[in-house]
Amino acid sequence: MSESKEKPNEKKQTTEDRYPFDPAENSAETAAATAIEVETLDFSYGSSKALHDISLKIPKGLVTSFIGPSGCGKSTLLRCFNRMNDLIDGTVVNKGKIKIHGVDIYSKEVDAIELRKRVGMVFQKSNPFPKSIYENIVYGLRLQGINDKKVLDEVVEKSLRGAALWDEAKDRLDDHATSLSGGQMQRLCIARAIAVEPEIILMDEPCSALDPIATMKVEELIDELKKKYTIVIVTHNMQQAGRCSDFTAFFYLGKLIEFDRTEKIFTNPAKQQTEDYITGRFG
Amino acid sequence: MQDTKQNPFLKRPSKASRIEAAGFWLFRLATYLIVAAAGYIFLDIGIKGGAVIFKLTPPFVNVPFLTEWPETLDIFKMPANQDIKLETPFYERFKKENPEAVFQEKGTVDLVVFQSPEGVTHKVLASNKESTLADPAFQGWKVLPDKSTMQIFSFAKDTELKVGNTIFRSIAANNLEVVPLEHKTQVYAAGGIYPAIVGTVLLVVGAMIIALTLGILCATYLSEYSRSGPIINFIRLSIMNLAGVPSIVFGMWGYAMFVLLFGWNVSLMAGWFTLAFMVLPIVITGSEESLRAVPQGFREGSLALGATKWQTIYKNVLPYALPGILTSSIMGIARIAGETAAIMFTAAFVVRDELPWQVKQLTDFFFNGVMALPYHIFVVSARVPQNEYTGKVQYGTAFVFMVIVLAIALTSILTRSHVRKKYKW
Repeated sequence: MSESKEKPNEKKQTTEDRYPFDPAENSAETAAATAIEVETLDFSYGSSKALHDISLKIPKGLVTSFIGPSGCGKSTLLRCFNRMNDLIDGTVVNKGKIKIHGVDIYSKEVDAIELRKRVGMVFQKSNPFPKSIYENIVYGLRLQGINDKKVLDEVVEKSLRGAALWDEAKDRLDDHATSLSGGQMQRLCIARAIAVEPEIILMDEPCSALDPIATMKVEELIDELKKKYTIVIVTHNMQQAGRCSDFTAFFYLGKLIEFDRTEKIFTNPAKQQTEDYITGRFG
Repeated sequence: MQDTKQNPFLKRPSKASRIEAAGFWLFRLATYLIVAAAGYIFLDIGIKGGAVIFKLTPPFVNVPFLTEWPETLDIFKMPANQDIKLETPFYERFKKENPEAVFQEKGTVDLVVFQSPEGVTHKVLASNKESTLADPAFQGWKVLPDKSTMQIFSFAKDTELKVGNTIFRSIAANNLEVVPLEHKTQVYAAGGIYPAIVGTVLLVVGAMIIALTLGILCATYLSEYSRSGPIINFIRLSIMNLAGVPSIVFGMWGYAMFVLLFGWNVSLMAGWFTLAFMVLPIVITGSEESLRAVPQGFREGSLALGATKWQTIYKNVLPYALPGILTSSIMGIARIAGETAAIMFTAAFVVRDELPWQVKQLTDFFFNGVMALPYHIFVVSARVPQNEYTGKVQYGTAFVFMVIVLAIALTSILTRSHVRKKYKW
């Protein structure tokens, strides 16, 4: 990250510029450039094991996509990052750690509430609250006790601009959120997530219910957001992973098969399984 | 065979088609039977009760029935050509309630109102003022400036009359020399049902407040906090079973627990809690269902923004569940408003002379019984001799009762539609 700042802004940064390491490598530099580090993680729902021995480093300030067939554990892993799985009865981390800023987020001292303020999430099914657009965005701030109208107004504008929704929504902030179109609702959910200024944004198949145009808009937005946030996106759409992510992890049956730069995964995967999945031979 | 060859889709009689036709009529008739029965009940009460409540002359509503205490009706025959004295306001009422009788008015006499130091008033004829002042029993009494008159009247022929007990007692006390030719009484057939209306509204509103508070707390715990397991399933099953307990058993339990054990006596409090526990299963089951109906996404979305569980429930789950909770409360109101068995031992008085809030200290409000419409209907229908007069009271009370339940439920429905409009998803 530090070297990227020295480069002139007009020149488009490549993934290599921002993360010039091999993701398997272990050093002080990679540690500094890592947002989420998963170490030999085993995770289960009650008696059924969902994740086996997962280890990967998600780079800071880039987009990492998780791909794989249904039930492969990619969403489960994503929901581990903000401990959303705590909501489900009987979920257990059997082994291993997930570290954010070097802190194991499943350790006893960590408060899931504080964690979730730093790690935002956008869900597969857009879930705007049945309130006005304005109230949706300030929801997280009001939770923190911020009720100053001036501050809230600023955040609403900033977040909506950040989510590329300002022009469409600025005149109807008091309208019900469900009056927006599907794609707008999903961007509203993104605006709501960035309103609390997280460091990491998790996206669980954010475009699966959207038409191609709305999908394109969200993808453009992701490209924009990665300048400020680390993004992890779960997707079923391999073209989407190829288009908008810098790194890609391929999961199969609860195991991480391959994790590498997206170009490499899509052009020259190291594992046969990955190639079979990407070329559509199964899954 | 010829036909079927020409048209393969021709209708042919078969067992299945006969069953189909019979089934259709069976379903249809069953439905119409229910509608007819329900219609008959509503029409019966509406027509007979409406006749008691509404009048053809202004103000079109039988106001005394809604604003007075129940009273004994006195039916008696007065002999002809006897002067009868009666205080003027009572006389007006007496005349109005006996429109067939021919009253011959003979003028009025003035009355003087005496008041004791304790505030008790006594009226005497103006001609007796001096002798009363001299009477040692009236030492210390003062004369109020109020002017009051007594009407003197008679009947040209023996006349059958009927009037509430208060007026009858006044006639008897002021006319000791006149003896009615015939006299019979009918309890609760005169006056109104005001204290019973007040009592029922108080019982229902209080019990619903308790039931909704406890019920929402319990439903929130069951739906949002508890982890599924055998204990929670057992709790849920117990609550469901509570709904099947006969109301007389609730009444006995309330009597043993609140009236005797807690020493609350037959009181509003004991009634509130007994009724609240009766309606809790409906409220809890309904509230839990409507909490579950709130999309999981609202909870996840809120938690993902760093909300605590309670913040999420309070800001983003309960408001959306409110319409459903109110629906369950409407059903609850209908159930407890009509409850007789449960309040018979715990809250209902046959008659009470004061209104619930006419008490010396606040606690007396809570620890005194009240009159209630369903219990009044029960008393009038099953505890006193039946005749045309009590029939009127029964139907009138039933009519008022239905209107009140409807009004309370309507308030709930309006609140629900208001909330629904505010939070729709």
